[in-house]
Amino acid sequence: MEKRVVFNNRWLPYLLVAPQLLVTLVFFFWPAGQAIYQSAFIPDPFGLSTRFVGFGNFEYLFGNRYYRESFLTTAVFSVLVTVSSMSLALWLAVLADRVIKGSGAYRTLLIWPYAVAPAIAGVLWLFMFNPFTGIIAWMLGQMGYTWNHTLDGGQAMALVVAASAWKQISYNFLFFLAGLQAIPKSVIEAAAIDGASFWRRFWTIVFPLLSPTTFFLLVVNVIYAFFDTFGVIHTITKGGPEQSTTILVYKVFSDGFVGQDLGSSAAQSVVLLVLVTILTVVQFRFIERRVHY
Amino acid sequence: MSGMVEKRGVGTWLSHAGLILGIAVICFPIWIAFVASTVTQADLVRPPMPLLPGPHLVKNYLEALLSGGDAPVWRMLLNSLVMALGITIGKIVISILSAYAIVYFRFRFRMFFFWLIFMTLMLPVEVRIVPTYEVAANLGLLNSYTGLILPLIASATATFLFRQLFMTIPDELTEAARVDGAGPVRFFIDILLPMSRTNIAALFVILFIYGWNQYLWPLLITTDPSMNTVVMGIKQMLPTGDQTVEWPVIMATALLAMLPPVLVVFAMQRLFVKGLVESEK
Repeated sequence: MEKRVVFNNRWLPYLLVAPQLLVTLVFFFWPAGQAIYQSAFIPDPFGLSTRFVGFGNFEYLFGNRYYRESFLTTAVFSVLVTVSSMSLALWLAVLADRVIKGSGAYRTLLIWPYAVAPAIAGVLWLFMFNPFTGIIAWMLGQMGYTWNHTLDGGQAMALVVAASAWKQISYNFLFFLAGLQAIPKSVIEAAAIDGASFWRRFWTIVFPLLSPTTFFLLVVNVIYAFFDTFGVIHTITKGGPEQSTTILVYKVFSDGFVGQDLGSSAAQSVVLLVLVTILTVVQFRFIERRVHY
Repeated sequence: MSGMVEKRGVGTWLSHAGLILGIAVICFPIWIAFVASTVTQADLVRPPMPLLPGPHLVKNYLEALLSGGDAPVWRMLLNSLVMALGITIGKIVISILSAYAIVYFRFRFRMFFFWLIFMTLMLPVEVRIVPTYEVAANLGLLNSYTGLILPLIASATATFLFRQLFMTIPDELTEAARVDGAGPVRFFIDILLPMSRTNIAALFVILFIYGWNQYLWPLLITTDPSMNTVVMGIKQMLPTGDQTVEWPVIMATALLAMLPPVLVVFAMQRLFVKGLVESEK
């Protein structure tokens, strides 16, 4: 789609794109280029010179047990966040769509956690699950279950998943509710007249019609779990215990800034770059389709 | 027939019950944080903590605001506000200008520029964090508002949004403006800007939340406590070994840190939903 009527001006358009282009070049392409360049070198121990190693950093990376485990951790983490957050949100959206009166009030009360920063969400959940003083840790203790996420990797994972999913429910809820409200009521009423029960109608008619929304949210949630949950991990577990919650984005940070392993960190950036590109292409292809629909 | 109606009544009642339960679960962490911000440290370190607010609200919030952790929280809130507004306004300005150029002008490298901007969609700052930090350090941007704001204002999303909006504006309008002798600048100010008003407002809400909630970037860029933002500054207050800041003060800070973006969502709910739905297109 192109405009038929345009303005003619020799220099104005360049002036208009210049600010964004400048910021993009300086803060996107320069660093991305640096990452690709650095990923092919190893600095010597004194940081005085670097040695070209080609794909050496990548070979080292994928030969490294911790890095491969970090992939697995990221996969487990994103699946858990996506599934728990989306299913809870869908459940709430179905209920909110069902009640005719007050659905606006419920929406208001459900959307605000979107505005809470991941790092703040992390602080709130950390406080409730503090092994010594946290209220929920205490309740679990009363039930005979010892909670200490600083020692138990599984518990640490559960906690960062809960905090991350909690924050994302609002977003999913909004989109599911909009999707549900867009389904023509006549279709559902026809099934109701045929005597199908509410949940049967939901699984055979509503859920399939909702699939564009579901797929869209699936991609958005995976991207969220991959990249936006750094604050949650950093405040609650710092990747521990024993790297059990070190997702890829956290590892780039900890290897680069804490471990000062710049070659490896750069190689990891390149790997993430490829991953984001794939996710964005998937998302974009889907959105193209949605626009036609 | 009456049986069906009755069944529906029960279903609706159950739906309300389910929603209230869901809201209770979702609000629980905030309630706990609020209660913790109104009691004393002694009430919190011996579990179970109280579940109803205590009398120390004013004292705890004042202590947070005036002394806080490494820097007083009022200072961190101010830094957050400057950063959030800078990112929001910066993104909107550079995006609307470049979208205007790309839609309303024909010039060399137009599509090339468009693709350069588009590719930034794929590069969240978390991914290229180390080299971006190096660039910012080389440019002398550490511990400055410019360093907090500038690297985060390039946004393909906003540019796309404005591009889409401009595409829907009828050509006849441009034609008429030209007949009336309006140049590109006049057209932009008198016609395009007023027509984009709601979109700008919706984008403002979303970007303000985005800017306010930044964590990793301020964590790296601000080593001087007086430049800390509140979302990252609270991390420095968390107990590590020798505890200095008390939990009620930390929780008061957490609530202060989430208040501005949450208020924005409540006050501008309609714009917020519009912005959210549109920025994902």
